[in-house]
Amino acid sequence: MLTFDNNGIYCAQARVYIDPWRPVDRAIITHAHSDHARWGMGSYLAHVHSIPVLKYRLGEDIKAEGVEYGQLVQINGVNISLHPAGHIWGSAQVRLEYKGEVWVVSGDYKLQHDETSIPFEPVKCNSFITESTFGLPIYRFPDAAVVHADINEWWRQNKAEGKNSVLVTYALGKAQRVLKQLDSSIGKIFTHGAVDNVNKLYESTIGVLPHAERITPETNRNEIAGAMIIAPPSAADTPWMRKLQPYKLGICSGWMQLRGARRRRGADRGFILSDHADWEQLNTAIKETGAENIYVTHGYKSAYAKWLQETYKLHATEVETLYAGEQADDTADIETKENKEDEGI
Amino acid sequence: MKAFSELFTRIDQTTSTNEKIDALVDYFATANTLDSIWCVAILSGRRPKRTVKAGELRDWCAEVSGLPMWLLEESYSIVGDLAETISLLLPVNTETKDHSLNTTIKSLIALQDSDEQTRKEFIMQAWRDFSPQELFIFNKLITGGFRVGVSEKIVIKALAKHFNTDENIVAHRLTGNWDANAVKLQELISAENAGDDISKPYPFYLAYPLETAVEELGDVHEWQIERKYDGIRGQIIVRDHQLFIWSRGEDLLTEKFTEFKHLIDHLPNGTVIDGEILPVKDGQLLPFHVMQTRIGRKNVTKKNLQEAPLAMICYDLLENNGTDIRHLSMQERRNILDVVLTDAKLSFPELPMMLSPTVECNDWEEVAKERLLARDMNCEGLMLKRKNSEYKSGRRRGDWWKWKVDPLSVDGVLLYAQRGHGRRANLYTDFTFAVWDGEELVPFTKAYSGLTDKELLEVDGWIKKHTKEKFGPVRSVTAELVFEIGFEGINPSPRHKSGVALRFPRILRWRKDKGIKDANTKDDLLNLLKISNG
Repeated sequence: MLTFDNNGIYCAQARVYIDPWRPVDRAIITHAHSDHARWGMGSYLAHVHSIPVLKYRLGEDIKAEGVEYGQLVQINGVNISLHPAGHIWGSAQVRLEYKGEVWVVSGDYKLQHDETSIPFEPVKCNSFITESTFGLPIYRFPDAAVVHADINEWWRQNKAEGKNSVLVTYALGKAQRVLKQLDSSIGKIFTHGAVDNVNKLYESTIGVLPHAERITPETNRNEIAGAMIIAPPSAADTPWMRKLQPYKLGICSGWMQLRGARRRRGADRGFILSDHADWEQLNTAIKETGAENIYVTHGYKSAYAKWLQETYKLHATEVETLYAGEQADDTADIETKENKEDEGI
Repeated sequence: MKAFSELFTRIDQTTSTNEKIDALVDYFATANTLDSIWCVAILSGRRPKRTVKAGELRDWCAEVSGLPMWLLEESYSIVGDLAETISLLLPVNTETKDHSLNTTIKSLIALQDSDEQTRKEFIMQAWRDFSPQELFIFNKLITGGFRVGVSEKIVIKALAKHFNTDENIVAHRLTGNWDANAVKLQELISAENAGDDISKPYPFYLAYPLETAVEELGDVHEWQIERKYDGIRGQIIVRDHQLFIWSRGEDLLTEKFTEFKHLIDHLPNGTVIDGEILPVKDGQLLPFHVMQTRIGRKNVTKKNLQEAPLAMICYDLLENNGTDIRHLSMQERRNILDVVLTDAKLSFPELPMMLSPTVECNDWEEVAKERLLARDMNCEGLMLKRKNSEYKSGRRRGDWWKWKVDPLSVDGVLLYAQRGHGRRANLYTDFTFAVWDGEELVPFTKAYSGLTDKELLEVDGWIKKHTKEKFGPVRSVTAELVFEIGFEGINPSPRHKSGVALRFPRILRWRKDKGIKDANTKDDLLNLLKISNG
């Protein structure tokens, strides 16, 4: 029912693409990260919570329709519905059913607890398209609650040593997730403009976040003493960042599981916190779908497909896509002209 | 192990040198003395000999984790560190037991010559006892190369702070052969015991590359200018009728370099000379690849001795008649050295030692001209040493500079890439380059360093998109990118398809302006070979 072509994942019966990477007439979007939601589609269909971010990123004039989880959309006999993917707020798996056959395109997902998104929901299907960003057994993420506690403890300690804490996270999704778990009794929280822009979207779409102040050219150095500052990866090694001295640098990413990855970025602390599934989560999710055909996309796809074939005896195939997964080094994050403006302190 | 593991975590969680020093000082203040001497030994590169094979660790890890070997190998190629890979794959222990650092290391040493079953039982038990972080350190103790972002300098500073003593004394006390099993940290460092080990070398004084225009060094007459030789920097020590030859890497080479054995009879006791050991035949310096025939060998044959006879070009005198004279001026030390060598030469005309000749110049322009002659003389460039400088420890700026000639260079095409290790794990950073041989590209060198982090990321991304084939950890890529490769020397090598082997190859520049047709040829390399080896 679904095929992979040069534009993306295609359902010929419904004449619709899921997360296409080239302009097509009709697109269903799993979530609003820039490698999944791109420019130039004739129309966009996504979860209602994704729509404000899509419009913010791609322009108010895009043709975008929002639907709720589980709401049925019929296109030329194909029953289409969105289901929670637990990746970021508004992220969805796309279920497509035609003549009794069911496919699920999961986009990016995680099974870990996250207060800002609705938990991943296993959807029974015949064919399941999965990411494999962390599809090796070395990726074994710690309990998120422990990581959040570590972040607060780190902040407390930095503050006691007279240092600011700069935490690098994706602006869309992880920044809100982290912010929600910060202990504001420790000190003040500041944000980079890119993070603040998304926070405002979150607040207008979903609900309040702990108070955080945007850093502007008028922000005084003294105000940020001992504060927590949330910044996107693109802020690393910029004059903006250097003005936050003295600080300790922490990075929130699944890649922080590996020492080499952390040391390469010159971070003081790596917090293993990801919005993707680790090895166990991937295996659990796939088993729960009951699917016999698994299409493995972005990540360690050949190793993970081989594992699924050998261990679970599934028909697992690797598929070439242009999805980026969790980016360790650059920013497949939310980038707009406004964000790139250097905001001073 | 808990305390050592906590120390490791503290060091690992900071990029600040001062915080690393503080962490070590705290550790020395609280740790068991039997543990702290091992801590110093490990951090200064004195890891005990490996008693468990890496292959065994892999097999046992696969057994415990229940993962297929291919997946373990795949994981290892991503992590780039076997000790870390294993600690990430083993089950997490909910209950842990503490074993001290020194007992753990002693148990590992005791596995020497034990049978496989004994080794396996010990390792498996340890894997059940440790927390993930301790497990990583435990594995690291076995697999070696304990590089944790702590330089010897940091250890020296921390020890000096802990014992409230001078850094130079600590640096000296840490050199040479000492056994962490046999000595206590206090005894090793305390100055009263300085005379107990007659083999102990002094820390080498090392120069930084010249960082400014040479004219900025001031009056040329205040500087002693020597050639920078390409051999093995070493110290020859005669004390108490015994001879010791140390390399800069603190390997004891006395047995290998038999040419020097007669020095016992001709150098006064209490003599320490710093110089370059290299092959010299009929008064001519031989290229470095001749030297290499002597380094790797345990048993030196007559043929070796004839083909690559070694001598020392003497730079400096550190100890004279048993007195440390490093605080004297360069000029004074050199005068005494001259006397020592002249006396020795009188009693032993075949003395395989000579005073490093100075290059006399009247202005910096002449110095610059001399520098360009280096390659013709099988040298790397010049050394500039302030005449009134004392002999310091370690790499320092100010009084000594090395001024090497610019490297040779050729443009090569990127053909293969492999993932790096450590902080470059998971990135394709180890490259193989090729030159043209007719219509064919033949590999001629590997190079790892020279690109900025940003360029590495860019090349890594390019490689992932332009992979032709994968062979295990290696990928072949489309011939498209051209890089300028710099190197210090070129030697014939029958083992390489290109017929040459380069010395210290590294990437100078990514030539985005060049296409593959602009890359150099094998003939270009052979020409360079002809020119540089006469």
